[in-house]
Amino acid sequence: MAISFDNALGIHQHAVEARVKRAEVLANNLANADTPGFKARDVDFQAMMQRAQESVSGFQMETTDDAHMDVSASGAEGELLYRVPYQPSVDGNTVNTQQEQARFMRNAMDFQASFQFLNSKFSGLTKAIKGE
Amino acid sequence: MSLGSIFDIAGSGMTAQSLRLNTTASNIANAETASSSTEETYRARKPVFAAVQQSLLNPGQEGFPMAGDPAQGAGVRVEGIVESQAELQMRYEPQHPAANEDGYVYYPNVNVAEEMADMMSSSRSFQMNVDVMNTAKSMMQRILTLGQQ
Repeated sequence: MAISFDNALGIHQHAVEARVKRAEVLANNLANADTPGFKARDVDFQAMMQRAQESVSGFQMETTDDAHMDVSASGAEGELLYRVPYQPSVDGNTVNTQQEQARFMRNAMDFQASFQFLNSKFSGLTKAIKGE
Repeated sequence: MSLGSIFDIAGSGMTAQSLRLNTTASNIANAETASSSTEETYRARKPVFAAVQQSLLNPGQEGFPMAGDPAQGAGVRVEGIVESQAELQMRYEPQHPAANEDGYVYYPNVNVAEEMADMMSSSRSFQMNVDVMNTAKSMMQRILTLGQQ
């Protein structure tokens, strides 16, 4: 019986990937905190996880032709949305620095949590292989 | 999409903010640089920031359906530096070596209070980008320990 890493790791690998993606988007918001006209963005984490869940559970589109796009491969690709600003600014920038920084930190924490889950999956597998 | 691009994004932010700090330093240093004509007088310099789009960074991947969202940004860049068009200060100082025939000298249109506020703002933004980079670094280090006991 072969070990399927995809089945063993479950949703957590997609969660880590989604957290990295979100960290990138939030870092870009913070880098552009002083750029006139810049609109803050964020990813829809729930939609990303939902899509990842679908690809994990096995209900996915089948590719029967080379020209078909592999939709499941982009399981953690989420739609980029624009943030609704709390207050308007003269230069059209919608980045609220403090909030973005808080979100970035929170995202890093959630990343650690997902990573911990993923790591314990691996140590579980190791224990199973060693027969401990 | 990777943690590595966060380093590029935060790095671009730090570059832009340090350039902004550079112009602020230049403005404050030249706040009292008098001259005898309006053309020669130093004018306050301000950088113009613009967001970088990812498709500009890797043009090879453009049009490839799964190569990430091209609408997603990839940092900030300095589009240019503009000189302030605010009015110069004209002062009556007949003893000044650079005074013109009427006894007037021109002083730069640098607002020192504004420059100080700009300085605080840019150093805070720089710090923020450093924090982002540090967090990305610890995330990456954590990923490297995946599967270790």
